[in-house]
Order: sequence, then C-alpha cells, then structure tokens
Amino acid sequence: MNASTHSQAAGPAAGKTLFEKVWEQHEVVPETVDTPAVLYIDLHLVHEVTSPQAFSLLRAEGLKVRRLDRTLATMDHSTPTDPDEVFGRIPIKVESAARQVRELEKNARDFGVELLGLDSDQRGIVHIIGPEQGATQPGKTIVCGDSHTATHGAFGALAFGIGTTEVGHVLATQCLLQRRPKTMAVEVGGRLPAGVTAKDLILAIIGKIGVGGGTGYVIEYRGSAIEALSMDERMTVCNMSIEAGARAGMVAPDATTFTYLKGRRMAPQGAEWDRAVARWQRLRTDPGARFDKVVPFDAHMIEPMITYGTNPGMVVPITGSVPVRDNDAVHAKALAYMGLSGGERLIGKPIQVVFVGSCTNGRLSDLQLAASVLQGRKVAKGVRALIVPGSQQIKREAEALGLAKIFTDAGAEWRESGCSMCLGMNGDLVDKGQYSVSTSNRNFEGRQGIGARTLLVSPATAAAAAITGRVTDPRDFLAPSPSVVNA
Amino acid sequence: MQQAIRKIQSRTVVMPSTNIDTDQIIPARFLTTTTKEGLGKQLFADWRYDAGGAPKPDFILNQPAAAGCQVLIAGRNFGCGSSREHAPWALLDYGFKAVISTEIADIFRSNSLKNGLLPIVVDEATHGWLLSNPGSEITVDLETNAVTLPTGVAVKFEVEAFARFCLLNGIDELGYLLKQSEAIARHEQRHA
Ligand code: SF4
Repeated sequence: MNASTHSQAAGPAAGKTLFEKVWEQHEVVPETVDTPAVLYIDLHLVHEVTSPQAFSLLRAEGLKVRRLDRTLATMDHSTPTDPDEVFGRIPIKVESAARQVRELEKNARDFGVELLGLDSDQRGIVHIIGPEQGATQPGKTIVCGDSHTATHGAFGALAFGIGTTEVGHVLATQCLLQRRPKTMAVEVGGRLPAGVTAKDLILAIIGKIGVGGGTGYVIEYRGSAIEALSMDERMTVCNMSIEAGARAGMVAPDATTFTYLKGRRMAPQGAEWDRAVARWQRLRTDPGARFDKVVPFDAHMIEPMITYGTNPGMVVPITGSVPVRDNDAVHAKALAYMGLSGGERLIGKPIQVVFVGSCTNGRLSDLQLAASVLQGRKVAKGVRALIVPGSQQIKREAEALGLAKIFTDAGAEWRESGCSMCLGMNGDLVDKGQYSVSTSNRNFEGRQGIGARTLLVSPATAAAAAITGRVTDPRDFLAPSPSVVNA
Repeated sequence: MQQAIRKIQSRTVVMPSTNIDTDQIIPARFLTTTTKEGLGKQLFADWRYDAGGAPKPDFILNQPAAAGCQVLIAGRNFGCGSSREHAPWALLDYGFKAVISTEIADIFRSNSLKNGLLPIVVDEATHGWLLSNPGSEITVDLETNAVTLPTGVAVKFEVEAFARFCLLNGIDELGYLLKQSEAIARHEQRHA
C-alpha cells in the first residue's frame, strides 16, 4: 500500500474494477457516442432452443462460423431426462422438441461445431458443463443465448445472455456490439449462518434490490461472505444475477477458483497454467476503483428463504409469512395465482412436487446437500420428488458416491441430466394448481407448467419438504439435534 | 435487410402489470419452433386462451378495442426473465411495433431493437397518463425521438444512437460487424 498522501487533483488515476479490466481487454473497437463497442467473445456456448434461427441466418447469408475453437454446443432445454428417450430406446415424446434436437445435430454437423450431443457422456446444462470442462475461465468474455449465462461470472469472467440475432453475430464474427454497462458492487460482509446456503443468499439479495434493481448493471459480488463460498456456491449466486435484472454477475478469481480449474480438460496445462494463473491474479478490483452503485449486505442476518409470489423478488425468510399489501394489484394478482393470502404462514403449507436440479442448484454439492437431508428417510406419500443432475458427469459422480441410491431408496425419481422441470418444455411438468418446491431460479406464472405454483428454495429446503410433504425449515433436519417445536 | 422505421401512429393497448416476464409473453412450450414466423398466435398464450384454447373474453387482446393496435403500454420492468428472442418475434408477428414503459429489461430491449420493435422508456408522469387513457391515439416518432399524446404534449425518449441509426436506415448490425473483420483479426493476433 502506498502510504503517502496525494492531493485529490494530483493523485493517481483511480483504479479499475474487475469488470472494467475484462471489458477493456476485449474491446476490438471502443465505443463512441454514435457507435457501441465491438466486443470480442472468447467462448460461445450454444444450445438447441435459441440457435436454429441463427444458423438459418448464416445459411441465408452464406457465412461460416468464424471460430469453431471458441464455440461449444450442447443440448439441455427441450431435451428429455427419461433415459429411454435420451438413449433412443423410445422416441422423444415432445415431438417439436425432437425436431429441435435433430436440427442442432444437423447444424453442428454442417457448420463443424463441437456438440456434446444426446449420447455424449459430457453433455449437460450449458452453464454447468462450461465450468466442468474447464472452458469457463477468469477474464474471458462468455456468451450464450440464455439469460443465466451470468453463472460463469463466478470465475471472474464477463458472461451474459444474448438473443438469437446476437447468437448469429457471434457465430459469424466472434463479436458483439455492446454499450458499456454500469457497475454495482454487492458487498456481503460476515458469514452465512449454519443451514443457510448460497441460494438463500442470492434470494435475499434479489428480495432487497428488486427484480429490476440491477437493470443496466454488471454486479460484482464481494466481501468476506463471498470469498468464503465454494465455486459451486459462487455459481449459484452469479446464476441468479439476471433475476435482479443485471446482465452479469462476477466474483474475483482467487485460490478457490484456481483449485477448481486445475487439471480440467479445457483448462490451460503445464507452463501455460502458471502463466494463466499469474494473469488471472491481476483480475481484482483495484483499491480506489469506483462502482456506480454499492449495496451493502450482512450475511449473518440471512435465513433460509422461500418465494411466495410470481417473481424471484417476492421472497421471505422461511419462518415468515406472506406479506400483506393492500391496494397493490400486482401483489394481489400474484397471490391469486399462487393460491395464498397475505399474512399466511408458509411453514406447514402442503406441497405436491419437489424438484432438485437446474443450472442454479444441479451441481454435485447441491445433490450432496439434498442427500444429507434425505438419507435414511422417505419422500412423503403423495409427493413427487424429481432429482435431476446438471450434467452426465455429475450424474456419474453422484452414482459413484451413493447419492443416487439415497434418492431412489427414499422414493425420489433420478434422471438423466437436463433443464427438466426448470421450464415446461421437455415433458417434465408440474400440474395445474400444484405447489412445487423447486431449486430452480424462476417462479414465473406457468414456468414449470400451466398453472404450476412454484416456491423457490435451496436444495436443503426442497429435500426437507419432500420428507414432510409440507414447506419445512431445513434446519430441523440439518441441525445436530432436533430443534424445539416452534411456539 | 430490415425495413426502415420512422413513425408509428396507433391507438394503444394497456397492460398495467409490472414485471411482465418473457415466459408470459411467450410460454416456454412454444420455443421448440425452429423459425420466427407465426408466433403471434401464441403471444401471451396463457393469459389469452383458456385450457381448451378458447379466447378469454376479459383479456385485453381479446377485446375489440385492441384490434389493429400497434403500441403496447406496459407496467414497469417489461420483458424481464429469459433471453428468448421469441418474445419480440411474437409481439411483432402479432402486429405490435412499439412497447412503452418506465423500465424495459436489458436483453429484451436489445432483442427488440434488432428486430424493429421499438422499446420506449418514458417518465412516470407520461406513463401514468398512458396507463389511465387506454386506446389513445399516439404517435411514436423515431426521427424526432418523441411520443406525441392526443393532448398535443410531446415527450422525448432515447434510443441507443447506433440502433436508432440502423432502424431509421434499415441497416442490419451484422453487416456492420462483418465490415470490422480486419480489426477483429488484429485483435485475435494480439491476444493469440
Ligand atoms: S436449468 Fe433452467 S434456467 Fe438453467 S439453462 Fe436450463 S432452463 Fe435455463
């Protein structure tokens, strides 16, 4: 630290934020008043739902994919999770989904794009396989036609979702036209209490800043509580940045990041690894760098969280009640859809479906957490519990560790990887009016099926609900001794 | 190649809900299409049709007043949620040419501009007036960057300069990017 005192005017230029460093390294052409920046993209992830029209555009214009080595495709969204359908023993039941899967196979073949296809043992949810393969690395720009691309920001990458037209732009030019977003620091001090997960943390953050609070910003999550998180947990946090309206979320890379990446298939190897780490270590926000907005947060105060409404910002601590808001039409409409009333306590509410999975909570540590609750217990009668690993690799690991057996012994369904019940387009659906306690990221009307009522929670809370058939405080099952009955 | 857009003159349809997400604009089960056409039929499908597929009479788009309207006035934070470009495709295919709100989600806004749907952000007061006067005949003029209300009041709006230039001239951004190929190649060499 330089201890000398400079006057303001003569002082050194203010430092840079992590975001600014990554952004500036990727400006092919800087922005002007009249034109956005041309931003270079290091890694483009492609999936079956948002790519067909982009490949059609390339065909129509007679264009090729500029950098096949920076493009990686997989199938996850409309892909079934029933092994018979996945491995072709029976046809894919949702016929339009089957068409889309075949279309991506054809596009990948025609254009030469690497595809981790239906039968690949490295296939999985696009935001899970990027990190798993080591393709996601600090300092990279990463895009995908999917809003949860923010997940990859956990590695100190600048990662954001794009539309299909932009998918076409990146395929053809490896670049995007972008205006520089504003920066927000979410500073989380303290430590998360026992039984409180990264999912609860991000739900609490969204509850505080609101579903539009991050619009126009890239968030950097900082502070002692963030530094203490594992990579899986950091991914859970960054994943839901978009639910606050932010395009991207980032965490500065550190020893936790490097340990995670070392030795992965697509990570740098040998001497190149050492050079990469040296480079990555510089990717931290400098002291004195300025954010456009700073939001402080205290991790000690956070409890297990649960949503009660129809967007992720409608969230309360699990011990709380549905808020009462008179003369608020939006609130009233959400509660009518959810079949809840203001003032109602959530604990004890009967539920019918439990879903553990998705790019938010479908990683191995999430399954381990759910298994620790379900071990030696049974899924309640009348409850359907669906547990879906985020990738085929996670599936194998979970089976090797005996987690899959814990789930099936408990009476839960164990599937092939995919987005599954996170969104109702692959055949895994919640029925109309049913309550679904889900580890996914969106509780929008109809997201899990027409009329489905989604309660977003952590894997621990989901597993606890599976056992009791009701909304349950997970700490009752995680605590070393059973907690005293609530007065 | 897109058609140039200059001026839209139309009555308004009002949907005052805040945070209308892209899952409402077009539910996920319709995303298995591999083209852009025909999505207008599924626009707001779960609000518009009952379980049997019959139009729900109380939904605004099923009312006679909505016929032919090209401007949608929506509550704050319109278009949040997924990055699906199917959302602006569906709005355009239905016949909308502009959406007006006090806040429009990032990815939706960028997707809209690339397809010729104008995402217009106005101040609270103007928004309040538009919400409480459904069916008003208004003008959205991209050349003057102004929304003109029937009262004669003209309200300025901003559209990102380059997107505006492309829309006014029917230029598509891919063509512009392709022209940068030398700069892109230089960047690739520097960072190889
Ligand atoms: S798991 Fe859900 S949120 Fe994640 S990529 Fe799949 S559909 Fe999107």
